[in-house]
Amino acid sequence: MSGLDLRSGRFRTEREADWRRLEGLLKRAERGRAGRLSDAELLELPQLYRAALSSLSVARATALDAGLVAYLESLATRAYFFVYGTRTRLLARLESFFRDDWPAAVRAIWRETLVSAVIFFGAAVVAYVLVIHDPDWYNSIMPGEMAGGRDPTATTAHLKSILYDTHHHEGLSAFATFLFTHNAQVSILAFALGFAFCVPTALLVAENGLSLGALFALYSSRGLGYQLGGWLLIHGVTELLATIVAGAAGFKIGWAVIFPGGRPRLEAAAAAGRTAGAAMAGVVVMLVFAGILEGIGRQTITADWARWSVAWVSGVIWLAYFYLPRRRAA
Amino acid sequence: MTNAYPGAAPTTLVRSLVTPEGVDLRLTLASGGERAAALLLDLVIIVVALVVLTVLALSAALAMKSKSEELVQMIWLLGFFGLRSGYFLLFELTSRAATPGKRALGLRVVARDGGRLTGEAIFTRNALREIEVFLPPIFLIASSVAGDPADSLTVLCAIVWSGAFLLFPLFNKDRLRMGDIVAGTWVVKNPRVALLPDLAGASNGSVFAPTMVFTPEQVGAYGVKELEILEDVLRRRDPKTLKAVASRIQGKIGWSPAVGETDAAFLTAYYGALRGRLEHRLLFGHRRRDKFDKA
Repeated sequence: MSGLDLRSGRFRTEREADWRRLEGLLKRAERGRAGRLSDAELLELPQLYRAALSSLSVARATALDAGLVAYLESLATRAYFFVYGTRTRLLARLESFFRDDWPAAVRAIWRETLVSAVIFFGAAVVAYVLVIHDPDWYNSIMPGEMAGGRDPTATTAHLKSILYDTHHHEGLSAFATFLFTHNAQVSILAFALGFAFCVPTALLVAENGLSLGALFALYSSRGLGYQLGGWLLIHGVTELLATIVAGAAGFKIGWAVIFPGGRPRLEAAAAAGRTAGAAMAGVVVMLVFAGILEGIGRQTITADWARWSVAWVSGVIWLAYFYLPRRRAA
Repeated sequence: MTNAYPGAAPTTLVRSLVTPEGVDLRLTLASGGERAAALLLDLVIIVVALVVLTVLALSAALAMKSKSEELVQMIWLLGFFGLRSGYFLLFELTSRAATPGKRALGLRVVARDGGRLTGEAIFTRNALREIEVFLPPIFLIASSVAGDPADSLTVLCAIVWSGAFLLFPLFNKDRLRMGDIVAGTWVVKNPRVALLPDLAGASNGSVFAPTMVFTPEQVGAYGVKELEILEDVLRRRDPKTLKAVASRIQGKIGWSPAVGETDAAFLTAYYGALRGRLEHRLLFGHRRRDKFDKA
């Protein structure tokens, strides 16, 4: 017997060129833009992938060359992820995110959004009532550095001056950027903590509501409620909505972890994580707008009526964008 | 797909992924050590980029004095945010589905159900990184910058917090971190393997083929397991190991080497003969696992 004319050796020589070709195409495709493949090559790739896959099956069943099997496994796996992976361009991805995925994700968590909103406004009302009846509560709700001189001992004139203070006109865009990055990080945190059975998320949302309620109580006790509304809500409509949605996204995950329903807990958490993730990515976008409105819009627009109209318009736009029924894309 | 590959012991990291064509790719999950090494590499890259960014921003601010200071500030803030939150996200959104650290170790992120890895899943798994990796150190740094250094109890809590999340993957069989659980992903090995030359191929062994002929008994001494070890030995080409293995096999099959016959030549020829016989038997449905297998 001629021990060296192996069937597996012939098998390899016959197909090696195809494998090498597939490997070369993958290498170029994975390198990204510079080595983008032509249309003909893109059509060729799935065929080469299927050929490699069938080679892998044959090699596993008939060849005892471990090096060959390892090579084919690696090659077929790489090709699988390319052929069945996400190949949509970033632009197409973004378009479908803004057109469908984001509003759909927000609609999908409407129950959690309601809960989150109730917690937020409930906390705000509680803080308002407490501070109206006993101003001492203000100091326990608002930590010193957050109050920034806005406390019950301040004069009405001082409180009013903060609302129309435009003297740091200088660093507006840097200020807006800072607000955006800070808020984005906090909302990501509120979302990420949701898996701990919703509790930390609820606390963060409630804390936001409490400080809002306390601030309103302080200002409305001096007859400045309407003015504060303009100052806060010009960006606040966007920012508070983002906070509520971020909380809702956290609840969605936490709820799936506590009550996975008929599915295994891991699977339920993963499904919830995907919906909530899309909503959260949108929250970051909302906070970009809120940062711009707060850092630039509020400092340049000082008329109360103008601030209020920006608040109303932004609220209507967001709600319409999320909840208005729309025609299905053909 | 969450179950271990049927042929493997449940403790191994091999998981089955059946393609729509019906072939099982048998993915291997990344081990805890590899994950840690990849994360460290990424963190080093981020810190270096952050230092470079800060130095550039500072020198730009000094050079331009007051006018564009604001722009520099903005760029620095956005750069910091991008590095902390965007680095992992953007790299995992590419077709390689891996950060530079993961690429260096031959790892990639994969959807646990074998389907498409969506942008939402990647966003979620990296949002969770915020509490797993970044929260405690940033909390500690922020409090010491604010002139209110954390007391030892707080530091201890931060260490326990980080430790619990960072070691989490070691305590489940799929090596999932919190973000993987919530996003429905896991991290698998997919290194680029080069196609090694065929040891029994024409270019390697044929020179010796006519001179060495083995009897069926001699070829029948070993099974697949020994064949794979022999392949490994031949690929490494370490003279001492070659000599030890050659004399071991020669003793077992009663082979007396001809004059001038090298260990490598003998082993290559025997490898070819053994593989030929085992593959021939494989075609008839007999897979001889090792030398103790009577099949």
